[in-house]
Amino acid sequence: MPRHTPFHSRTNVLCESQSWTEWSGYLSAQTYEMDHIHEYNAIRLGAGLFDVSPLYKYFIRGRDALALVNRVITRDASKCRVGQVIYTAWCDDDGKIFDDGTIARLGEDSFRMTAALPTLYWLQDNAFGMDVDIEDVSDAFGAVALQGPMSRDILQVLTDADMGDLKYFHSLETKLAGSPVNVSRTGYTGDLGYEVFAEPDHCERIWDALMETGADYKMLPTGMVSLDMARIEAGLLLLDADFHSAAHAIFEVEKNSPYELGLGWMVNLKKDHFVGQDALRREQARGPATCTVGLEVDVLALEKIYAQYAMPLHLPYQSWVDAIPVYSDSDQRDHIGRATSGTWSPVMKRYVAIARINPQYAKIGSRIYLEQTVEARRYAVPAKVVEMPFFDPPRKRE
Amino acid sequence: MTQSYDAIIVGGGHNGLTCAAYLARAGRKVLVLERRYLVGGAAVSEEEYPGFKYTVCSYVVSLLRPEVIRELELAKHGLQIVPLDSAWVPMENGDHFASYADPASLRAEIRRHSKRDAEMVPKYNEMMYQMVSAVKPILGYVPPDPASPGVRGARTLMDFGKHLKSLDKKTFHQLSKIMTMSADDFLSEWVETDVIRALMGINGIIGTKLGVKSPGTAYVLLHHYMGELDGAFTAWGSQKGGTGGVSDAIASAAMSYGAEIRCNAPVDHVIVKNGRAVGVVLEGGEEIYAKTIASAADPYVTFKKLVDEKDLPDDLVSAIEKFKFRGSSGKVNLALDTSPKFSAMKDPTFLRGMIEICPSVDYIEQAYDDAKYGSFSKRPYVDVDIPTMVDPSMAPPGKHVMSCFVQYASYDMPEFGNRDQQREAFGNAVIDTLSEFIPNLKDIILHKQVLTPWDIEDKIALTEGNIFGGELTLDQLFFFRPAAGWADFRTPIRNYYQCGSGTHPGGGITAGPGRLGALEILRDGN
Repeated sequence: MPRHTPFHSRTNVLCESQSWTEWSGYLSAQTYEMDHIHEYNAIRLGAGLFDVSPLYKYFIRGRDALALVNRVITRDASKCRVGQVIYTAWCDDDGKIFDDGTIARLGEDSFRMTAALPTLYWLQDNAFGMDVDIEDVSDAFGAVALQGPMSRDILQVLTDADMGDLKYFHSLETKLAGSPVNVSRTGYTGDLGYEVFAEPDHCERIWDALMETGADYKMLPTGMVSLDMARIEAGLLLLDADFHSAAHAIFEVEKNSPYELGLGWMVNLKKDHFVGQDALRREQARGPATCTVGLEVDVLALEKIYAQYAMPLHLPYQSWVDAIPVYSDSDQRDHIGRATSGTWSPVMKRYVAIARINPQYAKIGSRIYLEQTVEARRYAVPAKVVEMPFFDPPRKRE
Repeated sequence: MTQSYDAIIVGGGHNGLTCAAYLARAGRKVLVLERRYLVGGAAVSEEEYPGFKYTVCSYVVSLLRPEVIRELELAKHGLQIVPLDSAWVPMENGDHFASYADPASLRAEIRRHSKRDAEMVPKYNEMMYQMVSAVKPILGYVPPDPASPGVRGARTLMDFGKHLKSLDKKTFHQLSKIMTMSADDFLSEWVETDVIRALMGINGIIGTKLGVKSPGTAYVLLHHYMGELDGAFTAWGSQKGGTGGVSDAIASAAMSYGAEIRCNAPVDHVIVKNGRAVGVVLEGGEEIYAKTIASAADPYVTFKKLVDEKDLPDDLVSAIEKFKFRGSSGKVNLALDTSPKFSAMKDPTFLRGMIEICPSVDYIEQAYDDAKYGSFSKRPYVDVDIPTMVDPSMAPPGKHVMSCFVQYASYDMPEFGNRDQQREAFGNAVIDTLSEFIPNLKDIILHKQVLTPWDIEDKIALTEGNIFGGELTLDQLFFFRPAAGWADFRTPIRNYYQCGSGTHPGGGITAGPGRLGALEILRDGN
């Protein structure tokens, strides 16, 4: 029996398509309208409002809170000032990734961690002997992500805090439409955007206020289909799509290190001991076995393949998550990796994908081949390794 | 001081900018001369009222060639098109027809009007798609003169013939019919519901001074099926910030390749020496020289105003004089204090698509009757687009801009008095007509901008205010655009080229003429 988020009384009425998916045991809207395209465009033109309550949330508080966080995550939490938020990974002893998420430093000795997977036991097991209080507040807070160029203007109407002062990857406590909230300038779309955390009793009021104000700014409630397109454009990885958690992988081959996932920048080998440090140090020395890269598919080449069947170019209308073979050659003999998710980007007019490939081909500009099936035949379509994020508007940071 | 360029483009409309971008991309030193203070020609967004941006003339994008988007990387330069995927038509009996984007809802809506049409409309669309896929390649061809095609032209004709041969017999017969029939006669063979035929027939008459029952209008229906967006056919969309955003994106691409753009630089004429174009003279008298001059202006300006007739053969001059401009549409742009309320609209999401004031076939034909003899329609066809329903950047929060494309109007309507009086009378007729369907309209208008065909000529320099730089009828398309023998972007004056919407593939924001013109210039080694 799927559970309902604190916003369900509102999202349920709005979800015209009745297209729901399951997210951590909760019902989550795939699209609100029959088609996702207006929701997608709202994220890049006005704003999109996502119910992200199913995220796992933990409070880590006490004298050793910093020590625990630093023991678990790969980045150096001591550099995270009060009011700041960091995006980080955490690994097992073998340096294989467990999960990624954000850590918000709410006070000197107080952190909030968000995670895609349940992480309580892992925090508890690592807190052995520490003076720290770990609280699973997953159900104690609902959360919405308000993402898009108009998100700041919308929040500003509803709060006394100066949203212009809230910098990228920072958070603050304020009131939104009279309800106490924590607003974090983070998100999963690569756009200007915020995540708002509130206690369940306040959630409906906050949703109503956002919907009412947002209407003037062309905000739409948005579902997971458009979120997935936006996060691929932003070059952000998705658990169980672009990688698997070492905590749940049964076979070694399914596990990946942060280096292999292009997250090497968040591994701080110089800080004090953290879980997986030794293994990651060894891996860093020998170099990762695979690299995660951005690909741009050559649509002209794809168009020519369709033309052989007297068909017009067909582009994916929404994102895909799959494991698609990548080759170094057009004969499809030299398999060098896999594309894990991809989308036609209506805003960039490019067909982009995230792929994990042999490091030898990972240089920007490398020409490789992605398998695409046209009329049940396999073709190697040329693609180019390009910079990620694919979509990176200045407003995200400004 | 005189400077020298490889190429000067006369006119900074979207085609002129496209031509400049392709030439600069090929390493040419290019200068674009635009007479107004901003680039874009008919594709401009202007703040006519503080805080409100109007799509002054051109308001939607559907035919923009995907190869131009790709080759000039327009998305990187700010192109951002949002689909306008629904259409909504209020009827005079208080009912409506809603053309939903999603096929299941659309089918249910058609069934409400006619069970037969619910099956026939999709069949009609399939037939049109098949025809389009055969005819569409011509958009990318340089039109050969079938009377004397030359080797390259012969190859093009053969290639085109091959595409036509790929059609099955039935579709080929339909193609013959569509070339000759009126839009409404053609549609009547497929669709019985009057309001649906009215909505579908509109595409046959936009920008022409013909009615839906005038022979020859059926072909134009097909022309409008050639649009595509992200691989989807017949997709209409609106650009972020208005159509001016498309021009700005192309201008930005052109400048990134090194092209220079000068605004407030009206060209008086092209300097021709010994049958060769060598430069231009600006209205102020400044002379600028270049190896190549390309005119993005319409054929009348290109051949009758920018150069001397004595440099041209008589048959070309005569063909240009006969070329039909006769602007038939006007524009009313409104700044609105709040959202307009259509009395027959239950679902407000239709406000973000197109709203068509064409309640019946006879309504549209009567609108034409009024205009036939040089007036405007008392109750015109109005194509309403409210871009602020999806794009909050064009008006203050909660406010809206409403773009109303109006057909028919005439270039000169002396029965209403002077130009100002004509404009006033025309604007009032439009607002009165709209108010029949939007009772709160007059109370929420903060500002209005009214353009008659004469105003369009005055503002944008489109002859007689024709939005396509010449009507898009079969007798003025492909190797007839703008004149037989001169459809290959060249002119009788050496190094003087055409690249405006009066050339193939024609008007609308296609960027096709600009691209093909540039490629021909480069092909000649210029």
